[in-house]
Amino acid sequence: MAKLESRIPSGPLEQKWTRHKAEIKLVSPANKRKYEIIVVGAGLAGSSAAATLAELGYPVKCFVFHDSPRRAHSIAAQGGINAAKNYQNDGDSVYRLFYDTIKGGDFRSREANVHRLAEVSANIIDQCAAQGVPFAREYGGLLANRSFGGAQVSRTFYARGQTGQQLLLGAYSALSRMISFGGVRMFTHSEMLDLVVVNGHAKGIIVRDLITGEVTRHAADAVVLATGGYGNVFNLSTNAHNSNATAIWRAYQRGACFANPCFTQIHPTCIPVTGDYQSKLTLMSESLRNDGRIWVPKKKEDCRKNPNDIPEEDRDYYLERMYPAFGNLAPRDISSRAAKKVCDEGRGVGASGLGVYLDFADAIRQIGEAGVRERYGNLFDIYHEITNENAYRVPMRIFPAVHYMMGGLWVDYNLMSNVPGLFVLGEANFSDHGANRLGASALMQGLADGYFVIPYTIADYLATQKPGLRPKPEAAEFQQAEDNVRGIVTRLLAVRGKEPVSHFHKRLGKILWDHCGMARNAAGLKQALQEIPRLREEFWSRGCGVNVPGDGGTLNQSLERAGRVADYLELAELLCRDALERDESCGCHFREEHVDPEGECLRNDEQYAHVAAWEYQGKDRAPLLNKEPLTYESVHLARRNYK
Amino acid sequence: MVAESSSSQAISVTLRVWRQAGPDQPGRFVEYPARNLNSNMSFLEMLDVVNDELAVKGGEPIAFDNDCREGICGTCSLVINGKPHGPHRGVATCQTYLRSFHDGDVITVEPFRAKPFPVIKDLIVNRKAFDRIMQAGGFISVRTGSACDANAIPVPKDAADLAMDAAACIGCGACVAACKNASAMLFVGAKVSQLGLLPQGQPERDQRVRAMVKQMDAEGFGSCTNQYECSAVCPKLISHEFIARLNRDYLKAVIRSAFTPISANASSAAG
Repeated sequence: MAKLESRIPSGPLEQKWTRHKAEIKLVSPANKRKYEIIVVGAGLAGSSAAATLAELGYPVKCFVFHDSPRRAHSIAAQGGINAAKNYQNDGDSVYRLFYDTIKGGDFRSREANVHRLAEVSANIIDQCAAQGVPFAREYGGLLANRSFGGAQVSRTFYARGQTGQQLLLGAYSALSRMISFGGVRMFTHSEMLDLVVVNGHAKGIIVRDLITGEVTRHAADAVVLATGGYGNVFNLSTNAHNSNATAIWRAYQRGACFANPCFTQIHPTCIPVTGDYQSKLTLMSESLRNDGRIWVPKKKEDCRKNPNDIPEEDRDYYLERMYPAFGNLAPRDISSRAAKKVCDEGRGVGASGLGVYLDFADAIRQIGEAGVRERYGNLFDIYHEITNENAYRVPMRIFPAVHYMMGGLWVDYNLMSNVPGLFVLGEANFSDHGANRLGASALMQGLADGYFVIPYTIADYLATQKPGLRPKPEAAEFQQAEDNVRGIVTRLLAVRGKEPVSHFHKRLGKILWDHCGMARNAAGLKQALQEIPRLREEFWSRGCGVNVPGDGGTLNQSLERAGRVADYLELAELLCRDALERDESCGCHFREEHVDPEGECLRNDEQYAHVAAWEYQGKDRAPLLNKEPLTYESVHLARRNYK
Repeated sequence: MVAESSSSQAISVTLRVWRQAGPDQPGRFVEYPARNLNSNMSFLEMLDVVNDELAVKGGEPIAFDNDCREGICGTCSLVINGKPHGPHRGVATCQTYLRSFHDGDVITVEPFRAKPFPVIKDLIVNRKAFDRIMQAGGFISVRTGSACDANAIPVPKDAADLAMDAAACIGCGACVAACKNASAMLFVGAKVSQLGLLPQGQPERDQRVRAMVKQMDAEGFGSCTNQYECSAVCPKLISHEFIARLNRDYLKAVIRSAFTPISANASSAAG
């Protein structure tokens, strides 16, 4: 069994991080340059970590599969980033941000980590403003804020509807600076395909060059994974086309525990599916819910009518009705389920009946079309490009879609996995968002981990490793890992099947969406657990499974995708297994068997107030479930109430 | 699943696609039929379908760059019927939909063509030159942890808004592909302007513009002759006025440097 030591510092909650920083080990400036650190991924977490570690004097190698570190999917985050600045004087504080995030996660995240996140949130805004991130400002020149779901204060900083882009370009500029100084060696078009573990410690990675197909070994004293989320396991999600689970999945197969894999954020405001050719879904930022009102017709027969012809009294502003205290800014899991509920009742709109209106008519009356355009212009443009509809004239149609994975590799308070020397940051880890993430907190977490946590905590590990003693790439463990990678490539090419990769990805996505989506139950999950291995077998079956044209020695996008989908076919099973095992409802994880009389999630704190950390046991053996109990020292486990 | 838009209709087109096995290989156009597609499909989704058909028939799929498919990551490229990012103003290739084409159209699809962007394969080009320009000076030097409170330095709203207009650049390189000189001045001008408009960017302003222009020239990008094709094809509609700002900043920096006394004790370290 894996040893899961959370290493939560002792002492009062608000002093833990300060004390921890004072007590953990340091590496002297002269010794820092003797260690080598690998960072995989260059999104918000990866690029901020790589830049900051290099600033400290560590030699860093950074790997991305993109053609440039500026392309990572953090760039697509739209709405904003939370910080407990209280610039609005509306009663915000570190404690409130902490509490909102813990409550938003339905009490399934680690208290000490979340408090630290709230503490460093303010530093992030300072850092980004100093980098030249053009945040929205008021006429006096000071920073502007807006509100996001699950909060009753305005603590979200933003740069139009492109906050993720601007924060990422800030981190990319810091990374570029360190590349020019020689502190970071950047490897683009380089996909990590295995983790190398030597004597139980993570000491390197195996990388495939996506242009030449060359497979290379890279040794280091520590490996940092910041490879993002695995929402694409569902095929249709708001993730970028190439976002994938391969790095963390291969690390899992090398012994890193996978925590809460089933915790999937299904975002309420996405553009509805239009056809089975569709390759991805597009998010409409939650910030729109500041000014947009969500409704469906009260009467089924009105669903096909022009929405502008439906009188006010025939509209059901269901979020305002069901959750009057938070209204249209109810958290994402709750808003998504409410949308599903009204559509299940037959009151969904659009040709598929799977849609609800997000209406700006009131906002346009209040602040004018120009005012709405200034706040959300680019989002209205995106909506127009995709749907060919003008949302200034007719309400947007939206529907929930897979957006973010709260689950990820298990990490301790230092963000180190149970494999010593392997650190996991950002969406790739599990630690801060529990069973549901609040809006504008993914950017916060990615940058907190990269700028302000890992630079301190990595020293606590490195100080235990003698400098200059890292294994050589010639070591047997590297050879074995390289053989493994070459073996996977060879096997994929050898299937020579009949169906394209997308065929299997679509079918897998449908199984997951139907049985492990917004609502889950034991029977459906058991069925999915039967269907997934069958699909996997089909994928690999020689002569009729997956068709991967070309070879492994050149740029081969089909091969890249096939490798990723092969991993999804395994990961999907773990998702369903975890969802079946967690026999309670919490946050995003809505088990139909556990519902309170008002139709809300019914948690079972006695049996499930834990992190489910799954441990790989080999190819044909069931994974082992480890449990890290969640102990709350400061907050009282309450029923989540947004009414 | 049911098609969402009532206006969707079937469309068939012929694609003339540039195929090139590698940087040093000769390329050529190859025609592919794309039949009975939903007009609400995106251009890249059409290429997905064509590729799946090709692969199953034993052909080699067309290599093309793409990632976010919502117009923000800057990965997708393509010159469609002679225009970088296709027929519509202010959108990237990934936001181009088949409803913009007519049934029976022959559509020519090429990579971005510019000497500093060599073709890697088919429609994929190497745009690392942009990264190197950024590394030369496209940043404000602020070590993590050394920033002052974000509200300590007010930024006038109009300056912040204009900086944001410039910062919207997605680094796709369409500006270079559209320019007969393969000039990167819109890309460089956008970053120089963003940082130069903000008080935080002032200390390194002169050094930044000189370093970025020097790298831009070293990469082989051409000069601007004020035709503004760059702005016309920019998916974020970055204004050519930022090129004027770049020219002004560069001129000022060069003149100032001629009169700036050099401290005898100045460190030689960069940045």
